[in-house]
Amino acid sequence: MGRYLLRRLLIAVPSLLGISVVLFAVLALAPGDPFGELASNPNVPPDVAAALRAKFGLDDPIALRYAHWLVAMLHGDWGFSFVSRMDVDTLILQRLPATLLIIGSSQVLALMIALPVGVYSAVRPYSVFDQIANLLAFIGFSLPTFFTGLLFILLFSIYLDWLPFVYRTDLGGSGWQWYWEEFKQAIMPIAVLALVQAASWTRYVRSSVLEVIRLDYVTTARAKGLPERMVVIKHVVRNALIPVVTLVALQMPALFGGAIVTEQIFRIPGIGSLLISSILANDTPVIMAVTFVFACLVILFNLVADILYGWLDPRIAYR
Amino acid sequence: MNEQDLRDLAAAVRAGRVSRRAFVQRMVGLGLTAPFAARLLAASGMAQMAAPAEYKPTKAGGGGSLKVLFWQAPTLLNPHFAVGTKDQEGARIFYEPLAAWDRDGNLVPVLAAEIPEIENGGVAPDGLSVIWKLKKDVQWHDGQPFTADDVVFNWEYAADPATAATTIGSYRNVTVEKVDPLTVRVRFSKPTPFWASAFVGQFGMIIPKHLFEPYKGASSRDAPENLKPVGTGPYRFVEFRPGDLVKGERNPSYHLPNRPYFDAIEMKGGGDAVSAARAVIQTGEYDYAWNLQVEDEILLKLEGGSNAKGRVEIVPGGNIEHIELNNTDPWTDVDGERSSIKTKHPLFSDPAVRKALTLLVDRASIEAHIYGRTGLATGNFINNPPRFVSKNTHWEFNIEKANQMLEQAGWRRGTDGIRAKDNKKLKLVFQTSINAPRQKTQAIVKQACQKAGIDMELKSITASVYFSSDVANPDTYAKFYADMQMFTTTMGEPDPGLFMRQFLSTEIASKDNKWQGRNITRWRNEEYDKAFHAAEGELDPIKRAALFIEMNEMVVGDPTVIPVVYRPGVSALSRRLRANLSGWDNVLWDLRNWYRET
Repeated sequence: MGRYLLRRLLIAVPSLLGISVVLFAVLALAPGDPFGELASNPNVPPDVAAALRAKFGLDDPIALRYAHWLVAMLHGDWGFSFVSRMDVDTLILQRLPATLLIIGSSQVLALMIALPVGVYSAVRPYSVFDQIANLLAFIGFSLPTFFTGLLFILLFSIYLDWLPFVYRTDLGGSGWQWYWEEFKQAIMPIAVLALVQAASWTRYVRSSVLEVIRLDYVTTARAKGLPERMVVIKHVVRNALIPVVTLVALQMPALFGGAIVTEQIFRIPGIGSLLISSILANDTPVIMAVTFVFACLVILFNLVADILYGWLDPRIAYR
Repeated sequence: MNEQDLRDLAAAVRAGRVSRRAFVQRMVGLGLTAPFAARLLAASGMAQMAAPAEYKPTKAGGGGSLKVLFWQAPTLLNPHFAVGTKDQEGARIFYEPLAAWDRDGNLVPVLAAEIPEIENGGVAPDGLSVIWKLKKDVQWHDGQPFTADDVVFNWEYAADPATAATTIGSYRNVTVEKVDPLTVRVRFSKPTPFWASAFVGQFGMIIPKHLFEPYKGASSRDAPENLKPVGTGPYRFVEFRPGDLVKGERNPSYHLPNRPYFDAIEMKGGGDAVSAARAVIQTGEYDYAWNLQVEDEILLKLEGGSNAKGRVEIVPGGNIEHIELNNTDPWTDVDGERSSIKTKHPLFSDPAVRKALTLLVDRASIEAHIYGRTGLATGNFINNPPRFVSKNTHWEFNIEKANQMLEQAGWRRGTDGIRAKDNKKLKLVFQTSINAPRQKTQAIVKQACQKAGIDMELKSITASVYFSSDVANPDTYAKFYADMQMFTTTMGEPDPGLFMRQFLSTEIASKDNKWQGRNITRWRNEEYDKAFHAAEGELDPIKRAALFIEMNEMVVGDPTVIPVVYRPGVSALSRRLRANLSGWDNVLWDLRNWYRET
């Protein structure tokens, strides 16, 4: 186990290096530069943009810039945003709470919907409940978030006037009032994200429970005279959820990555909106930091998923 | 009425022989607008009768929170580093200039005690210096007094190339000296008729010397105050999250009595323009939404809603959506550069083709069906302020006349319906950025051109590429590797001095200057250059305005540009919010006087 872990971590190093090279090269080759907006402003002389480029080292050859970036990153320095002129890590830390709150709650909500619905559908396959759940699941993952988001805004904010659609990080008030306000402004984006996720997870849970429920040991359990509840919860679900756990683990990096579209619609100041605005402004250090951290998390959670899998299913051995 | 008559009449008003009112009425009778007539008086040395803005609150504070929505949020708060207007707006909550520009393009004192004029001895008659008298008893948010040293420091700070300030253009050609603790003198190296650039408006916000002095030059980016502004403005800094939120609280020691009205200000960023309009007009969650580049149809629908909580306000400014015609050949490579100044455009070298094209742009339809109130059809390149607008130009849409014109010039229709002359076919490539109204405009122009026997290929380029200064990319607007192109350019100040540089033959964009020259059409005209240089040193405001009017007529008459629509600024305000907006300054220029009607 220890050797396996070590080997996996060692393999991760070259893949991360490779990822960073590719990211850096793509960003360097992409058109546009962070001071482009200055060039089209007649009040700003062209040499200002040139001076800024020189100041931030944008005119150096790509290889040199990459080396600078890598050395700084190894020292824990994430870089300096061209656009905001502040350290990238503070910028990311500012955005992290909103993203964790919204995406985290949406994943929890999605699990809370997907587990009972999926299991119940599988226990009674092709029943009316299963049919309806299936229908809703298909609708759920066919509707893109930008559509459901706008639909929710139209319905709950504009026609009914119940919920605000601009997400604020500086809510006033305290105690219960604060929680209530926070709940009101967060519920729409959380629901939008949770519905998509719940729809696909329901299908996964259903199919994996269906697979297990037909196995002989389940029949044996029933033959012992165990109540149906017990059979499903202790014998079926426990085994059926192994692949689902992996799936959820692989979904975890998304917690950090944020949801670009949903964040944009509801004006949530999360990582996703930071990424998209940095891309539009060609703010390379920020794009680089966000995407690179995301890549690290993907690799890390892949490893976590593999380890979890073996722990849940002792038939799998590490070599 | 010629120039001399105007002068005589203005002089009569000054002497008291004719009333101001009679003068304005007479001018209006001649077809001038009232503000233009008033401006003529001002230009000839008459004090401005700026109507004092109505301000009802009788005490400072008590107005609750002012919530403004900017779909592009500020990313930094040092006005000298502002990359776009969004950053200036964020900084403007906390910082103030000596004077600001109001809606009509007049100066209003902010940190200055009065506006310098020749009459009060502020402006030197030779145009070589200006004296600013500063307001007394102004304090920075940290309690330090605001003095002439701060003003001088801002010049040193911004003019130092190592600081890399985006405001350097307003400061590097002047010298600033302290006369006494509340007076500064700005000196120019040559007579400067438009002296109100340094310390004025969006480039003029003043930062405190005592906090920024250690961070002048190369270490400018390390100043902690870059992110925590300490200014003189009506609101004090509370919190800043780049790209998301700027928060301020009422400055209890603000230098104007009974101001500001609001206890706090919250500037929220992100999202898109349409939903920002909704949040103000439909749901009333916010009090103000900035720069609504939204189709007028949608705005009208929101405003017309049964319980609309807000309204749209349209403010004139200096934006002009125009079509540029390439004077060089974009299809021939000379020394690794297309659209080289060594070539001539094969089709546009015939003036008949250029003139026919101006007849083929259906501005009325473009205004009616695309822009509505947010884009007004125009035949002028300079549309504002009124004193610089030509009354002699006109525009028309006439396919038949265009056909005749081309026919007379020898362009005959071929079997495919496309006109040709000397084996050169009338085929044009028309490029612009990706933006729904622009693509619709392109289609309207193309349709009319087809009827006149001109074949047009439309090209649209992602805005981030098109407007970039990327030397390696062939699709930038500055390279202009196409026959025609369309975009909006902005006259940032209520003076066309800088704006009209873009037609000087010395400003031509080329490989040698990495396409950073402002003359993108590569138009060369000695007469124009002469007029421009004359205007640069012309101290008589009326003569100077006449020169710019003449220059405008040259570029649209030749034509090297075809103005399409003039685009005013569009904002949404809640029904009860009273705010004085300006197209010549940041929208928050008069934030101190904003209040809510009860």
